[in-house]
Amino acid sequence: MQLSTRHLLGIKDLSPNDISIILQTAGQFKEVLQRPVKKVPTLRDVTIVNLFYENSTRTRISFELAEKRLSADTINFTTGSSSVSKGETLLDTVNNILSMKVDMVVMRHSASGAPHFLAQHIPAAIVNAGDGVNEHPTQALLDAFSIAEKTGGLEGRKVVLVGDIMHSRVALSNIYLLRKMGAEVMVAGPPTLIPKYIAPALGVKVEYNLKKALQWCDVANVLRIQLERQNQVLFSSLREYNLAYGVTRRLLDSLNKEIVIMHPGPINRGVEIDSDVADGNQSIILQQVENGVAVRMAVLYLLSGGKSRAAANV
Amino acid sequence: MKVILNQQQLHLTISRLAHQLIEHGESLADTVFLGLQPRGVKVSDQVVAELQRLCPGETIYYGKLDITFYRDDVRDALHMANQTDIPFSLEGKTVVLIDDVLYTGRTIRAALDAIQDFGRPSKVSLCVLVDRRFNRELPIQPDYCGKALDTIISQRVKVEWDREEVVLY
Repeated sequence: MQLSTRHLLGIKDLSPNDISIILQTAGQFKEVLQRPVKKVPTLRDVTIVNLFYENSTRTRISFELAEKRLSADTINFTTGSSSVSKGETLLDTVNNILSMKVDMVVMRHSASGAPHFLAQHIPAAIVNAGDGVNEHPTQALLDAFSIAEKTGGLEGRKVVLVGDIMHSRVALSNIYLLRKMGAEVMVAGPPTLIPKYIAPALGVKVEYNLKKALQWCDVANVLRIQLERQNQVLFSSLREYNLAYGVTRRLLDSLNKEIVIMHPGPINRGVEIDSDVADGNQSIILQQVENGVAVRMAVLYLLSGGKSRAAANV
Repeated sequence: MKVILNQQQLHLTISRLAHQLIEHGESLADTVFLGLQPRGVKVSDQVVAELQRLCPGETIYYGKLDITFYRDDVRDALHMANQTDIPFSLEGKTVVLIDDVLYTGRTIRAALDAIQDFGRPSKVSLCVLVDRRFNRELPIQPDYCGKALDTIISQRVKVEWDREEVVLY
């Protein structure tokens, strides 16, 4: 039993079978996390470096916790306090770390494709923890796990991604994953935040009216407005965005069904989602975070064992 | 191919194991039966059903344990994990591990590690349907044994549950 890939660079490279294996294994790790002793000795002899070239709370803590629950040794690396500020290149930094016998690299980088570049040049297994505006595969996996857990499966499920589709790596990974697993996907948001040819390119529906989109779906995954990635004005004000595309209690009450609300975090309360929705009983936002640890344990376990690890140690 | 236990012998053996577990064991209230995933559960399902038949009205603590994450060969091969289901603490209990075939002993070694994560049992014993007694790689022996077999490494022992037979290939 083995994944078809040595690295997790993006959902794009995974087969539906890979995704099923990861989600199934995540289910078993979720049980581990409910035991009196929430730790297994599986990766006792594996060393993992968390290389974060970009800020993160949830993803970094979640990966670190997943590594510790698997008994791996971990090193945390953030650019602020490292030699990166002295001008060291990415490849030099990583090669120096690897020469100290590190088996896996978990990496977040603001440049799209940075982990793919690294994968061509180093022997260690790489897990992409978000690269620029490209992919965030573990987030999509934990979203899928949470949807399946809440609604019983992915096949035929109708999922709408709301908001900043253009700048969202979470959106792209979610679209790839949900399409591969047979779910229907719609993107909803202002025209300026939805890429023009997304419908034919990725096989998704496009809707500019939020209420119509929510009426159609079973699950709404509300994305964060990524203010830090916008160097041009794509909507006039946050208040206007909230009025047109904010998910509010009133909007949810106006639907004739109950939908599941998700958000990958961090939340801009009162912008893309209102507090009473984010904290309401339809929201599974905190379950997503909880499932994140189990999903990342599954990814690390499946990428670290077997032949791939033996090859990396030659 | 050789049939080691036919259908009738298999039923008798399971029934005998259940009787022995009651005869030797402490009270059922302090005992936990754990079937090892995936194949040991087939045996434990039947043993526990037999125990329940012998002791009607008594609560039998029965769980399932998967040892995939405790294996000592993660470096060589990955295995698909199965569901672990132990909805109670093992603290201070007598734990009876149940598996189908005891061979190298490595599965049981991993299981001994795994149960520590659910509390500290006062005692652990081992019940197997078949003991391949000449191929052990660790100092582990069964306390309750359905059938002891002398086999060589190239042979394979399998419980065919659809035909209800134990077969030596």
